[in-house]
Amino acid sequence: MILARVVGSVVATRKDPRLEGRTLLILNPVSPEGKADAGYVVAVDTVGAGCRELVLAVSGSSARMAAGCKDLPVDMVVVAIVDSLSLDQPSE
Amino acid sequence: MLLGKVVGRVWATVKNPSLEGQRLLIVQPLTPELKETGKQLVCADCTGAGAGELVYYCRGREASYAFLPEDVPSDSTIVGIVDELDVRRGTSC
Repeated sequence: MILARVVGSVVATRKDPRLEGRTLLILNPVSPEGKADAGYVVAVDTVGAGCRELVLAVSGSSARMAAGCKDLPVDMVVVAIVDSLSLDQPSE
Repeated sequence: MLLGKVVGRVWATVKNPSLEGQRLLIVQPLTPELKETGKQLVCADCTGAGAGELVYYCRGREASYAFLPEDVPSDSTIVGIVDELDVRRGTSC
């Protein structure tokens, strides 16, 4: 799973009928330190995430395991809104 | 499967119902020589791994199989805690 920042949304009128009513978000992957990575992904939202929120996204066929996403033609799903994260101090 | 070290945790209250109750850990991928390689990722955990532990994790669809018969939307899951590692590259084992 990847950490990502919601940076936008996608509106599409003509789409697969199974995607009707789904929110599509544009995500920018970020490192646990909060640094933005290059690139972006479009993901289906299942948790009601809003703009600039830090979220967790699942990719590949595992994405279809999320509740409400069975048999959907999707390969990236937002499955959680991150409250907080902690990184251990390196021991070296 | 790949080797990694648990370097942190993620907390999320709002999440997909299928992900309820899962521990989410931040993992740094490692080489067999235990050098850091690649980007850190968030893994679900089915072993009870803790901070700083050396683990191996599974990626892709198979990562969700660790939780069968539950359907858990995880594309990377910690499936084992490493006790010992014996690497002898270039020499006979």
